[in-house]
Amino acid sequence: MDANFAKENEPMYDAPLGKNDVDAKDTKIAAKDVQVYYGDTHAIKDVSVDLLDKTVTAFIGPSGCGKSTFLRCLNRMNDTIDICRVEGLIELDGEDIYDKRVDPVQLRAKVGMVFQKPNPFPKSIYDNVAYGPKIHGLAKNKAELDEIVEKALRRGAIWDEVKDRLDAPGTGLSGGQQQRLCIARAVATEPEVLLMDEPCSALDPIATAQVEELIDELRASYSVVIVTHSMQQAARVSQKTAFFHLGNLVEYGETSQIFTNPVDPRTESYITGRIG
Amino acid sequence: MTDASIGGAAAPRKKSSIHELDARTRKRNASEARFKAFGLGAILIGLFFLVTLAVSIVRSGLPAFTETVVDVEFTLSQAQFDEAESTLFKTAAYSDLFIADLRGTLEERGMQVAFDEAAIERLLGKVGGTLREFYRANPEQLGQPVAFQLPASSRVDGYFNGRVTRETLEDTRFLQGSDLDLVDALHEAGVIRQDFNWTFLTGADSGVDNPGGAGIGASVVGSFFMMLVVLVLALPIGVAASIYLEEFAPQNKFTDLIEVNISNLAAVPSIVFGILGLAVFIQFMHLPQSAPLVGGLVLTLMTLPTIIISTRAALKAVPPSIRDAALGVGASKMQAVFHHVLPLAMPGILTGTIIGLAQALGETAPLLLIGMVGFVARGYPEGFLGGFTEPNSAMPAQIYTWAARADASFYEKAWGGIIVLLVFLLLMNVIAIILRRKFERRW
Ligand SMILES: Nc1ncnc2c1ncn2[C@@H]1O[C@H](COP(=O)(O)OP(=O)(O)OP(=O)(O)O)[C@@H](O)[C@H]1O
Ligand SMILES: [Mg+2]
Repeated sequence: MDANFAKENEPMYDAPLGKNDVDAKDTKIAAKDVQVYYGDTHAIKDVSVDLLDKTVTAFIGPSGCGKSTFLRCLNRMNDTIDICRVEGLIELDGEDIYDKRVDPVQLRAKVGMVFQKPNPFPKSIYDNVAYGPKIHGLAKNKAELDEIVEKALRRGAIWDEVKDRLDAPGTGLSGGQQQRLCIARAVATEPEVLLMDEPCSALDPIATAQVEELIDELRASYSVVIVTHSMQQAARVSQKTAFFHLGNLVEYGETSQIFTNPVDPRTESYITGRIG
Repeated sequence: MTDASIGGAAAPRKKSSIHELDARTRKRNASEARFKAFGLGAILIGLFFLVTLAVSIVRSGLPAFTETVVDVEFTLSQAQFDEAESTLFKTAAYSDLFIADLRGTLEERGMQVAFDEAAIERLLGKVGGTLREFYRANPEQLGQPVAFQLPASSRVDGYFNGRVTRETLEDTRFLQGSDLDLVDALHEAGVIRQDFNWTFLTGADSGVDNPGGAGIGASVVGSFFMMLVVLVLALPIGVAASIYLEEFAPQNKFTDLIEVNISNLAAVPSIVFGILGLAVFIQFMHLPQSAPLVGGLVLTLMTLPTIIISTRAALKAVPPSIRDAALGVGASKMQAVFHHVLPLAMPGILTGTIIGLAQALGETAPLLLIGMVGFVARGYPEGFLGGFTEPNSAMPAQIYTWAARADASFYEKAWGGIIVLLVFLLLMNVIAIILRRKFERRW
């Protein structure tokens, strides 16, 4: 399965990348002085960060520090929360995503999201994956759609498990399979950025390993942002790491540097397990 | 326990066996057993009332579905017809002829019962009128034997149904003891018999003095057209309003106000809606009085809050993660709602709608106010559109009208009407269950 995968994606690698090595890359998403308020609560304070293309960026930090909040700003999922207010500038490829002309729907087609809790639609596995391509008109006919679905399921590392029961309900899968189905669903729309909010929190080590492997594959074509509570995971999959604390972005840099030689004492105490 | 461990100076924990219940556990178990007993008792009491109700409805209502008819073969010649038409009391002349004929029939069978015109009138009502009407309408039947099925009076009906017995019978102008002898004799001769009362199901309301001819059919049609109006208006309006309020409307004082008022509307007594309908639809908009269209509009107002509240509850029950999932793959809000949320909420919406409709079907008070009283239902509407605009009644209003009439036979009809109404309600519930099953996703 994995061999398959690599073969399929190989031409997409523009440079041979090893784990955790960093090349000079373009900025995909640039955030400047972002503030987020939930009513009177100031949840994100003055966050400025440049997220790179074809890079996995990990957001770490203690519970409630605003990782999910910031992540949801990047594809405007916070719009669905009435009391939530976002200030500052967030640019995707140099274009302000909070501009009046932006339709969040179009934005979300470019910036896909995988949620913390697996949330497949109560429809068949096939329909789960096909839904996005269908509403975005990515397939001209059934054959093309079939192809997209198969490709997405393969990238989600779940094709072999479900290829014989594409008509079975997506909610009938195990938690780990559901999460991989959600990842497949997210990549099916060919986003440019993939946001993942603790994608492995419901998974066993084997499924986690599969998802991590997948993230590493995805890096070839996407900019991936992953929120995680597992230091090991952040160290394993990401090239860049951002440490949040009480709504502030405390430190942002190369993963290797953050984990071996943090600048801020708060980062050090968090990764060594003293706060959070 | 915690104190001990915190206090450090640990009083040694008492050794206890799990084979014997301590006081707390015993108390807890006792209260649980008590609660179970209360619950069971409540259910039993409920069941008892339900059964009592069902039995009494069926017992009181079943006679409405039977009728007592008198079969007579009667021939009227052209000469007799002309003669009767030339007399002063024309119907009396017909009565005389009929009685003479009946005497003949009984004598033929060798039966000797004395009866007079008054007795026949008590038994069969104004026979002369019925006959005259028939022959004037069908003159070609003159000279040929015609088989008449004449409905017997409600008292005779009651005699067969056990409502009237010789013991309880007091001689009145409606029925006398001697009449029962005649009834028995006719019964023996096979002239009088009990039959299924199709008129009750297919007929319209009759006059106060003719319970035998009363039927609920016309008001069933009235109810049907009202429900059509309610369904066509309340379902789309209610569902659209709920979706808007639940999914799209901004959360502010104004929507809060709307929300509170919808809940309040659900609690407004139905008679208030009736008077509103009278003022707005009939007096202001000049829609026809007693029309199912107006009834439907009034019931729509009444049903809307029910549908909105249950639809919103159904929408709320759809996990937010489904909306996030849809939005996350780039669906618009509307696509998220219509592709994912609405299908999941469908069973709840349908249940709410049918409960609302059932409520509307059983509503009486507002209909009385807009003139859909029972006696208006004198016949079937002409054509489909006429069903909406022609004066008619509805089942519960018809039942109310019958129950208010003096004749005990109408009382019976009222119970019969209730059976018909309940059958329709059960039918609607069955439809609700079937629809729910169909739409429910068990995954
Ligand atoms: N919908 C909301 N309404 C009000 N406050 C919210 C909402 N969502 C989050 N918050 C608040 O914003 C702050 C940041 O929350 P957020 O969910 O971003 O934390 P997190 O870093 O993702 O935590 P975790 O690791 O536990 O998921 C918290 O203080 C939280 O209480
Ligand atoms: Mg979170």
